[in-house]
Amino acid sequence: MEAKLAPATGGRCCTCWRELTAGFHVYHKITIWVPESCLLISIGLIVGAIMHSVHEEPPAVLSSNVFFLYMLPPIVLDSGYFMPTRLFFENVGTVLWFAVVGTLWNSIGIGVSLFAICHIEAFGVQDINLQENLLFAAIISAVDPVAVLNVFEDISVNEQLYIVVFGECLFSDAVTVVLYSMFTFVAEMEVVEPEDVFLGVARFFVVGLGGMGFGVLFGFVAAFTTRFTSKVREIEPLLIFMFSYLAYLVAELFAISSIMAIVCCALTMKYYVEENVSQRSSTTIRHVVKMLGSISETLIFFFLGVVTITTEHEWNWGYILFTLLFTFLWRGLGVLVLTLIINPFRTIPFNMKDQFGLAYGGLRGAISFALAFTLPDSIGRKQLFITATIAVILFTVFLQGISIRPLIELINVRRTNRDVETINVEIHSRLMEHTMAGIEDLCGQWSHFYWKDKFMKFNNRILRRILIRDSRAESSIVALYKKLELQNAMEILDTVSGDISAAPSLVSLQGEKKESTTPKKTFMAEDLKNMHDLLSKNMYKIRQRTVAFTSKHALPNDNQPREILIRRHANIRRSLRHGSFQSTIPRSQKYFSLPTGQNLGSKYSSVRRRYADDHETMSEVAYPTRRSRFNQPKRSSSGAMMPLHMLETLKEVPSTDVLNESQSESFSKDHGKPQTGSSYSDSRFPTHRRHFNPPFDNNNGSADDLRNEDEAEEEQRRRHRGALRPPPSWAAEPRDDALRNPLLRRPQWNPKK
Amino acid sequence: SVSAAHLLRLHQRFQLLDKDSSGSLRSEDLEAALSENPIGVRIVGAFFQLGQEMVDFPSFVRILAHFRPTEKNRTGDGVQPDPGTQMKCPSSVAFQLYDRDRDGKISRTELLQVLREMLGLQVTEEQLQSIAERAIQEANLDRDDTICFDEFRKSLEKVNINHKLSVRFLE
Repeated sequence: MEAKLAPATGGRCCTCWRELTAGFHVYHKITIWVPESCLLISIGLIVGAIMHSVHEEPPAVLSSNVFFLYMLPPIVLDSGYFMPTRLFFENVGTVLWFAVVGTLWNSIGIGVSLFAICHIEAFGVQDINLQENLLFAAIISAVDPVAVLNVFEDISVNEQLYIVVFGECLFSDAVTVVLYSMFTFVAEMEVVEPEDVFLGVARFFVVGLGGMGFGVLFGFVAAFTTRFTSKVREIEPLLIFMFSYLAYLVAELFAISSIMAIVCCALTMKYYVEENVSQRSSTTIRHVVKMLGSISETLIFFFLGVVTITTEHEWNWGYILFTLLFTFLWRGLGVLVLTLIINPFRTIPFNMKDQFGLAYGGLRGAISFALAFTLPDSIGRKQLFITATIAVILFTVFLQGISIRPLIELINVRRTNRDVETINVEIHSRLMEHTMAGIEDLCGQWSHFYWKDKFMKFNNRILRRILIRDSRAESSIVALYKKLELQNAMEILDTVSGDISAAPSLVSLQGEKKESTTPKKTFMAEDLKNMHDLLSKNMYKIRQRTVAFTSKHALPNDNQPREILIRRHANIRRSLRHGSFQSTIPRSQKYFSLPTGQNLGSKYSSVRRRYADDHETMSEVAYPTRRSRFNQPKRSSSGAMMPLHMLETLKEVPSTDVLNESQSESFSKDHGKPQTGSSYSDSRFPTHRRHFNPPFDNNNGSADDLRNEDEAEEEQRRRHRGALRPPPSWAAEPRDDALRNPLLRRPQWNPKK
Repeated sequence: SVSAAHLLRLHQRFQLLDKDSSGSLRSEDLEAALSENPIGVRIVGAFFQLGQEMVDFPSFVRILAHFRPTEKNRTGDGVQPDPGTQMKCPSSVAFQLYDRDRDGKISRTELLQVLREMLGLQVTEEQLQSIAERAIQEANLDRDDTICFDEFRKSLEKVNINHKLSVRFLE
């Protein structure tokens, strides 16, 4: 009976705590002040108490193998995959500096000082020799600032600090594991020769760099593979996981740093893979990575709580207190010294507040515990080490985790300017980057602009060609532009779809138009604010350059627009099937997009003229409060001509209905101008105006959104990055006309320039 | 303003660029050095004041000195442009890269040219137009279809221009 209870209890406990944690998130206030890791540990403690009181043993599942093979990779993959790459590479030197040298500093410092106090008789720990002390110190130095990162994200602390903390966490894990294996090995040796030390150091570098090399290699292989998966979309996530895990295992096999391998694999892979895989695969990958990482971490924390109560502790006041003391001391010192050394090399030096944040953010967590728990039994004082580790973890997580938020806010660490993403900023930034690369050329000094430039060229010319299926390089300006366009469209879509259930209804649009003339101005401000929220909430990135922050513990929320999209698309597909446009819809469609190379613009663009004439239909729509949870995954395909279909749908019937090709033909005949692809861009104009010029009172009708929306869906495929064909009649519009509607404007376009 | 060691290096560089050893650089020399840069010609244009043909070493240094990292690295661009002096604040340097005819405004055509240079063959003319249009709309507050210097700076107020436009070694 008792034996059966154990796993059952364990299982039930696990589900319970997970739900409890979810429950805690519902009560938002708690999560502001209490980091999630605290909660997890607390729950673990409670469960442990329960188990202890019924004299249960915790299931002995956390063995070394289980940890290193099953629990660690997801955590590290999670961190690696969601690392903001651009930010990381801009600060890579600092990050590695702090991670590697910092961890070494900490380990050696703590180890040596602990060894020193071991000699003090009163503590009764003389039997711990130097190797074991170093081993313990290595375990203790693994930082795990999970809680801190959450706080940093919430208060938008400046990016440099964020990335250094993030990156340091990740790479210090790698370093710690390497040190751990090294010191375990050494600890079991009786005598340590100097050449052993030297070999150890050399091995350290080999292991680290080898791990990186492996990771990059696997990343490229994975990216290359995904180039060919266009027919087998379903297995794309599997490939990604497989390659990452493979990287990890192979690295383990060769006794090189597996964490480095998997992290570098994820970093390299991400950029190329996200361009190759379909939208859904991408989402799947992200969600699963997040999920697995979450599970692992939660399990470890939970286990920590349980073990705290249920194991036999060996408490030694002196040793443990000194451990705590030294942990803080060496971390503080380390940060100070390291910052002093590296600040001259940084463009934005760290000030004292940053350093404080960095030092205080050095929480210990899951990795330390797991490493301590899986120490080989040959270490005499294993129990003491476990107790000490748990003590340090509990102390740092609870005390520092809870207090860091008020402290950071108090000392007013420099926050980041989450730039509102505007085209202007992007254009000017690019210009400045080019300028600086040029200036560096002129000066004959090559610094990071130059290298970045060179790398981007190499990337565009060679790497992208090989690794990406549709490898037309896209400038970040264009990418951002499209993304902004799409967001605008999605916003409109969002508002419109609030009133329209399945099919866009002409009638309702017309009705709304009447009412909507007033809220325009207020909408602007709200608009902008929502846009800011939206843009800063980290949407799906087209390219990493367009977004800076990644939230470590929350995936960007992209449910709602996606659902709208899907609903809309289903509707449109239905309508389109009836029409003769059927031929243009791919049969094998899981995704609603154009077959490769097709461009519907030529046929249907003139349709828009018709709408233009009836502009009332598409004009102002009342915009209720926009929800800010936008996440339109923007992919970089372009010109969606398909949307024009929807215009017809809209126009003709309030519900899904037949479209006749004849109609479109007649439209084409109506207007001589071949509007081949300009519909896309046309719609942009009113959107911007609406947002950025308050007096402007035009709106895109839903026509726009649909157009864009379909473009969005098309982007799922990302088959065609075909550029839009320039309309011969393109001209800039006189801005003074309070044009109601992009569609309206079309007929007015005259070649002015 | 620039240290002696840097000056020496710059002088060596100047001599290297000066193919005909004339003591001053013509635009072709500079353009040759910047051939790969999409906006190389523009950058070179910034070195030459209107009407100048050659640039000598002091001018060379003076212009490069605009890109020194300044103390105001973190606070963004707080310096007002002073039309009289040679030393300009970084954002006016950037502005001049756009505004080649020096009329104080970035017109749509100028913006288009810059975009064309930077984006090159990746985009169609129409996309360029849209992007330029959007950029002007975003920045434009006085409805005149161009971006004047104030609007330019305003659109970049969140960006740390000093940080972006500084070459460390020139300290």
